[in-house]
Amino acid sequence: MPFVRWLRRNLVVIAGLVTLGYLLLPNVVVTVFSFNKPKGRFNYEWQQFSLDAWTNPCGVADMCGSLSLSLQIALWATIGATVLGTMIAFALVRYRFRARGAVNSLIFLPMAMPEVVMAASLLTLFLNMGAQLGFWTILIAHIMFCLSFVVTAVKARVMSMDPRLEQAAQDLYAGPVQTFVRVTLPIAAPGIAAGALLAFALSFDDFIITNFNAGSTVTFPMFVWGSAQRGTPVQINVIGTAMFIVAVLLVLAAMLVGKRKNKAV
Amino acid sequence: MTTENGGDVRLAGISKTYGSFTAVKPLDLTVPQGSFFALLGASGCGKTTTLRMIAGLEEPSSGTVMLGDQDVTALPPYKRPVNTVFQSYALFPHLDIFENVAFGLRRRGIKSVKKQVGEMLDLVQLGEQARKKPHQLSGGQQQRVAVARALINHPKVLLLDEPLGALDLKLRRQMQLELKRIQTEVGITFVHVTHDQEEAMTMADTVAVMNAGRVEQLGAPADLYENPGSTFVANFLGTSNFIEAEVAGRSGEDLTLKAGDGKLVLPAARCTAATAIGGKVLVGVRPEKISLTHADDAGSIPDGRNRITGRVVDSSFIGVSTQYVIDSPLCDAFEVYSQNIERDSRLAPGAEVVLHWNPAHTFGLDAAQDIEAGAAKVEEDAAA
Repeated sequence: MPFVRWLRRNLVVIAGLVTLGYLLLPNVVVTVFSFNKPKGRFNYEWQQFSLDAWTNPCGVADMCGSLSLSLQIALWATIGATVLGTMIAFALVRYRFRARGAVNSLIFLPMAMPEVVMAASLLTLFLNMGAQLGFWTILIAHIMFCLSFVVTAVKARVMSMDPRLEQAAQDLYAGPVQTFVRVTLPIAAPGIAAGALLAFALSFDDFIITNFNAGSTVTFPMFVWGSAQRGTPVQINVIGTAMFIVAVLLVLAAMLVGKRKNKAV
Repeated sequence: MTTENGGDVRLAGISKTYGSFTAVKPLDLTVPQGSFFALLGASGCGKTTTLRMIAGLEEPSSGTVMLGDQDVTALPPYKRPVNTVFQSYALFPHLDIFENVAFGLRRRGIKSVKKQVGEMLDLVQLGEQARKKPHQLSGGQQQRVAVARALINHPKVLLLDEPLGALDLKLRRQMQLELKRIQTEVGITFVHVTHDQEEAMTMADTVAVMNAGRVEQLGAPADLYENPGSTFVANFLGTSNFIEAEVAGRSGEDLTLKAGDGKLVLPAARCTAATAIGGKVLVGVRPEKISLTHADDAGSIPDGRNRITGRVVDSSFIGVSTQYVIDSPLCDAFEVYSQNIERDSRLAPGAEVVLHWNPAHTFGLDAAQDIEAGAAKVEEDAAA
């Protein structure tokens, strides 16, 4: 039975390809429909090929404003969560202090708690404090829920670091600051970068918590949700596809840089 | 500052306690400049802690560390003219070999490092590998990078913390000679921490045997081996046989001892115990100093040698020599190593034999100590 033999030999590859297809199919649909020219307001049925949306991505009222707001919030949330999360991770791994165990598990709470519950409680908190809902409340909420992801990513990296490397740096005339900048940080960098990317992605497309705490401010995910009630402009697909392409290009660039670095050696 | 003792390391009353655990008991130690000094002991004896206190990575609980005439006790590691070769090397994984070696120079603000790094890499025969990352090198190569990275700074003292522990036996022998060569070439004081007694004896001019946080004995390798001052040293450095005996008398430079029904002779100068008549001493002798003669030929043994009788229980042939285990009324597992020059085929398990040796190779120790001290620890270490 040559077919069975062939199947046996290639089953892993086939399974991999099928899984990949399963993962990527939605993206393909988004991309294909970004070239659609829908009849009516809903972009749910294929009509005909068109570049209209691509040539005029900001053609929908308020969409690019909300996109820019989302990018700004994601950027600041990433910076805030990465800086705080990295410091927390170092503190948790390097120092023994009272309630360290408690902090260690509490850090995971935002990851474990249902988002809706957290969103509602945050709103209660903000309202009771008399805070004005908008950019700042969204940012505070995003930093909060991104923190635990950054802490987890960085902690894993710091834990696997050999403390002797820092001692070796000190032994070789590097003071505390130099040791941190020249040795600790570069070695922890992959963990920090992973945490930051995760924070950016989580913040950028968060809907539930943002929706509760945004007041009259509209982020990109909220815009998409809102417009879906009344009709879906093709530009949404354009933005989605563009984000996907940017992400893929970034990954490719990172891989190329990594390869060249290895080759140079 | 005088230049003659610029590289002396002097530890005065130095100790280290962690909570209620004492890792190093108050210790005085002087390592002369330019010497190759080994701290030898089983794991947990305080040798690495002592080394780390010299490096500044551990703060002593009491005492001072002097480098030449400079008191460095309060100085952080990055201000001490001392460099360390770490156990498992601690090479910076994100930097290539060149940058690893240049690290110390750059931190001291030296801009043009290329020539120095090149020369140092040549010294350790790694010139070709400069642009590789540490993980691309073999264990032996990484070890040499670690040495180069430390030596390039021309430290007053180079500290080596079990630097050969991760290498296989053959490579370890090779690196021992290599390190010895480098030390002779650069003339820097080396302080080497190891649990391997052969390594310490091969490389060092002076060996300090440490046990339970203190220095048990200090001296040149041959002195330590021939004249151990305690059962710990006698067992930790090689193997020793012990016989419990009683001082019977004194004739000139020698002590006469009574052991069982037999009589042994021990040079008084080689006995560290009190030698009052009637006092107990432990008589020690190394396995390779003993000759074995079959009981039938006992008459051919020259006079004036210490002799005891026994029966062979075990013999193992290991090429250059044969190792016998002898049962004797005085000691139930006497070890004898005999060179395979003229093998007597009668010396098989069960044979009655006479063990005899030159009294000058006998040493005497205080009987009030554990005969097994140091011996078990070696085995534990080997198993670990």
